[in-house]
Amino acid sequence: MSLLLLIVQTLNGLQLGVLLFLIAAGLTLVFGVMDFINLAHGVQYMLGAYLAVMFYTLTGSFLAALVLALLASLAFGLLLEFAVFRHLYERDHLEQVIATFGIILFLNEGVKVAWGASPLSLPVPDAFSGSVVLMPGLLYPVWRIVIIAAGLALAALLYVLVTWTRAGMLVRAGASNARMVSVLGVNIRRLFMIVFGFGTMLAGFAGIMIAPILSVQPGMGDTVLILAFVVIVIGGIGSIRGAFLAALLIGLVDTLGRSFSVDILRLVMAPSPARTVGPAIASMLIYLLMALVLFFRPAGLFPAKGRG
Amino acid sequence: MSEPALRLESLSKRFGGIVVSDDVTLDIAAGELHAIIGPNGAGKTTLINQISGLLPSDGGRILFEGHDITALPAHARAALGLARSFQITSVLPGFSALQNVALAAQAHDGSSFHFFGRADDEEALNARARAALAEVGLSERAGEAAGRLSHGEKRALEIAIALAMQPRLLLLDEPMAGTGHDETATLAAMLRRLKGRFPILLIEHDMNVVFSLADRVSVMVYGRILASGTPAEVRADPRVIAAYLGEEAA
Amino acid sequence: MTDAALNAAPRRLLARRAGLWRPLALFAVLLVLPVVFGAQADYALSLIERVMIFAIAALGLDLIVGFGGLVSFGQAAFIGLGAYAAGILAFHGFGDTLLALPAALALSALFAAATGAICLRTKGVYFIMITLAFGQMAFFIASSLAPYGGDDGLTLRARSTILGFAPLADERVFYYVTCAGLLGIYLLCRALIGSRFGRVLRGAKENPTRMAALGYEVFRYQLVAYVIAGAIGGLAGFLLANATNFVSPAYMSWQRSGELIVMVMLGGIGTLDGAIIGAAAYILGSEYLSQLTEHWAMLFGPFLVLVVLFARGGLIGLAARLRRGAR
Repeated sequence: MSLLLLIVQTLNGLQLGVLLFLIAAGLTLVFGVMDFINLAHGVQYMLGAYLAVMFYTLTGSFLAALVLALLASLAFGLLLEFAVFRHLYERDHLEQVIATFGIILFLNEGVKVAWGASPLSLPVPDAFSGSVVLMPGLLYPVWRIVIIAAGLALAALLYVLVTWTRAGMLVRAGASNARMVSVLGVNIRRLFMIVFGFGTMLAGFAGIMIAPILSVQPGMGDTVLILAFVVIVIGGIGSIRGAFLAALLIGLVDTLGRSFSVDILRLVMAPSPARTVGPAIASMLIYLLMALVLFFRPAGLFPAKGRG
Repeated sequence: MSEPALRLESLSKRFGGIVVSDDVTLDIAAGELHAIIGPNGAGKTTLINQISGLLPSDGGRILFEGHDITALPAHARAALGLARSFQITSVLPGFSALQNVALAAQAHDGSSFHFFGRADDEEALNARARAALAEVGLSERAGEAAGRLSHGEKRALEIAIALAMQPRLLLLDEPMAGTGHDETATLAAMLRRLKGRFPILLIEHDMNVVFSLADRVSVMVYGRILASGTPAEVRADPRVIAAYLGEEAA
Repeated sequence: MTDAALNAAPRRLLARRAGLWRPLALFAVLLVLPVVFGAQADYALSLIERVMIFAIAALGLDLIVGFGGLVSFGQAAFIGLGAYAAGILAFHGFGDTLLALPAALALSALFAAATGAICLRTKGVYFIMITLAFGQMAFFIASSLAPYGGDDGLTLRARSTILGFAPLADERVFYYVTCAGLLGIYLLCRALIGSRFGRVLRGAKENPTRMAALGYEVFRYQLVAYVIAGAIGGLAGFLLANATNFVSPAYMSWQRSGELIVMVMLGGIGTLDGAIIGAAAYILGSEYLSQLTEHWAMLFGPFLVLVVLFARGGLIGLAARLRRGAR
């Protein structure tokens, strides 16, 4: 276990955390304000990646691809909202889970039909390719730093929007008590659409940014979706701050856990069992964490006031 | 002097910065009908919630028939014979009136970890349920889904449910809330029939009902007991008059 | 979770002699199918066996979802645990039913008891998530069992023996054994929901505060129900391991748990019959669709959305509405 490896993995954990935050933010807002469980949020992320690849192939420019993919993501999200989701807001969670599960099935197959089942890739934009020297002997990919920076910037922007704008105040109020907000005369439909659209774009943006690093393939949204749900449950539903802290926590715990589980276990057991048990515990780590948090705080760490 | 059925010792509760129960001390004797009155927001329902176990107190003790029940969860207190009605009707809307009451009787009839045999067919439970429904005048409506009963019928059902528990203490949280003139009279007559069988703690706003039924009355304002005594004593107490009508009337 | 969608059916089921014709018809069909299929029908028989096995697991799930209001996203974990109990014992030479079946039931019941004690402290979506989390844990534990195949799973050399004899090797015998299992679990669930225990569980689903005020410790009843559902899942797992001669972590994935929820909802939540009908509709439907096109998910996905939007109460509810409309 070297210090350099520790630093690299910590940065990787931060990058994963920031990515999870981008996805979880939309999820927790939609859940908090509209009480809507959207399992299809993961495919929004996947779609963002696919659209980025498609537009890059068409235009040859990452920037153009980014903008076009974001817009297309938003359009598609709003289409889904209009056609399916808005009929589900009044239904109970079980029905929302099943309907959005159906959307996952449809889209996971749909991208296969549209773009084939083989993984696709997107090159890192030239300006940000390569690695940078952070410390003697420590090389770290520039693009990952860009992701971390972009994520933190968006987090800050979201914080400003939610805390200091009128729309943000309405969102926070809605997360506490949507019925009350509606009764006070706010156009709740428009608020829902704004919240949903924003969340969709964040997820799409995450997909676009990750495309140069991961392979773009059907079902890539599924694992991320589960992680995002773990994030919002630990963070507390409806809370952006909770989602941010929980996302970073999960990103770090998962990444560091996977890298160092065997080493940590070797402090207390022989190498051979450590090598079997280690990876198993590593994959379970975040679920153990969630179970632990829910045991002491059945409504998450920072539930929006008025819930939990 | 025999020990009181219910004794509250310095009960206190706060929500954040707001003190909802402020050093509440009260005794209720066996067979007594004790009414608690006071303006809205005085903390009356919060008090009942603490006694029944729905809300944990921040300080003080609750003694039920001499036993300290302060740390017991709600279901354990109910099992000891502490029955209550809710300010906002709380029944099982999908079950019939008879089944609602039978479930209450079932809770006090041995174990419910029986996995075979149709519970709805248990004659002993159904007979007790029918008796309780008859007491509150709901015999005709036994088969109706509780969710479809009228408001007044639901309030009566709540009392039937409490009776089927063979209560040793009955907590009634505004049983007349939202009922019309006739239904109020019916409920009041019912309470008069029940009086004396077991101690009753009654929260009510209807002063006619309170002063005609209660053995003793306590007045709660801002979470504390302002005055406590017989209806006549309380009616004449200058502090009570001041609280209700303003300082000048006192 | 109190909602119209979850409340309507249980009441109807409890009316005396309610819809006895439906389960009678279902089981009559199941009993007669092997005869109808004729001699060389092993593929068709194994397909119906899959239906019956998942129907068993779905019945356990309907018990806690439809009657307890506890939406578990981890039921597949119990199938997996039951399967692995049978598989691991068989691997070490202990392939007799007398050992494997109780082991499967015990393992799933224990896991249900331990995880249920934690899960049941939460409500609503938190409950859904934490059951999902424990399901994932079981999945990852199974994936890491390198001596038992890890990710690739474990092949069983033969089906479980019964007291040394191997009647289950005959497909028809296994079919009827599975059918008997389904019938037994169905009757068990029907008895449970009408019993004292079932009444308390159903009451707790409608109004847990009221039930506590009556003197019921709701947590204990829900935990017992959760354990029963888990054990039922374990039984399904034992049968699945025997049906396919294979156990794999894939049996426990969250997508499988999601499919079970879909089956229960497709048939009609809180009807018990719906669990069987839903399992049949899902498995046979996806089988049929996948013969039509490899992209059957693109048809099935929207179908689910349509069912949720327009067929509340699942297929049973739809049939009831059509009957009422036809009068």
